[in-house]
Amino acid sequence: MSQATTQPSTDQIWEWLDTVPDPEIPVISLVDLGIIRGVEWQDDTLVVSVTPTYSGCPATAIINLDIETALRDRGIDKIQLKTQISPAWTTDWMSKKGRAKLEDYGIAPPQAAGGPERCPNCQSKNVTRVSQFGSTPCKAHWRCQDCLEPFDYFKCI
Amino acid sequence: MAATLTQDEALFQFLLRMGDNTLILGHRVSEWCGHAPVLEEDIALANTALDLIGQTQMWLGLAGEVQGAGKSADDLAFLRDVWDFRNVLLVEVPNADFGRTLMRQFLFDAWHSIQLGHLMKSSDPRIAAIAAKTSKEVAYHLERSADTVVGLGDGTEESHGFIQAALDYLWPYVGEMFTSDAVDAAMVDAGIAPDPASLRSDYDALVLRVLEDATLTVPDSRFAHKGGRTGAMHTEHLGHLLTQMQWLQRAYPGASW
Repeated sequence: MSQATTQPSTDQIWEWLDTVPDPEIPVISLVDLGIIRGVEWQDDTLVVSVTPTYSGCPATAIINLDIETALRDRGIDKIQLKTQISPAWTTDWMSKKGRAKLEDYGIAPPQAAGGPERCPNCQSKNVTRVSQFGSTPCKAHWRCQDCLEPFDYFKCI
Repeated sequence: MAATLTQDEALFQFLLRMGDNTLILGHRVSEWCGHAPVLEEDIALANTALDLIGQTQMWLGLAGEVQGAGKSADDLAFLRDVWDFRNVLLVEVPNADFGRTLMRQFLFDAWHSIQLGHLMKSSDPRIAAIAAKTSKEVAYHLERSADTVVGLGDGTEESHGFIQAALDYLWPYVGEMFTSDAVDAAMVDAGIAPDPASLRSDYDALVLRVLEDATLTVPDSRFAHKGGRTGAMHTEHLGHLLTQMQWLQRAYPGASW
């Protein structure tokens, strides 16, 4: 019984997870990315459901490790990480805060139109695609025709 | 075979076919890493390979579960030999040049996207979930491979020559994707997967439109090399591929890190 009263609330856990950075794009958190799908206590075990971004994303294993480390550091010992593939991850789940941080960092946030709205460096709308793929599975490679800077675009899926 | 095939055995075979297609094509495409004609293409090919290998983990992971012999996706990928693989022959043919690699990708992506569209409605929720997840990635692969086929076909005289030769070489490997057997009949009966033969008209509509945009001529013959998805006879290329892909487990059995 005494253990139940010392359990941090799930709101508190969400706040903590919001401080765990994405290993590839450390400017946004795992919560910003929309891959944490659920946090719940089952008796004295904390169950965290995580959905992968891309099937083959090599960051997935690191992400699970980072979640576990962050929660252990807060004194939670019994953690169960569940991989949840359905419903499939979509960039619609990315937070507004996350989108703004991405753009500040120089990565154009996902757009339903299928390409960046503007250059994240100079805000010009005169942009062109270099490659449908980029430095990580979630990004494509674009270039600004005005400031001539290449930049990453977070693909919309 | 039909008389002795249980539902779980048929499901296991079906999952091997899905997972071996993505595994073998993923490995083939990964062979380009560091060798593609330009950096952007290198990255695109490596990313495509990564998606396919990630998808393999789901298909073969589920296959291991259904088989019930305690095998992981890694066990199935690295500890089987040629005769146990169930991928179509199309995905095991060597990369040759960039044109043949992209044409192979396009001919597979078109089938893959149509197949996954049906599997999203599978009566088995595990299969429907994997299909929903992977179909997003495959739609992206298809967009790129179709664009590239058109770009090369309707490009220079030289690029047209390469990609037409690729189509001529690969066309006889297309038919196998639409052959049906007892495994498929069991999947159709259970509402798990569509009859492969029933996908052909959607496939032809999609593929012929792109090949026409690419100004390419589709070979007349419907002759089809077969034997991969049933495991009856693979090409000589698969064994060579496995010697590379499985090298570590063959040299150091059970090695892990």
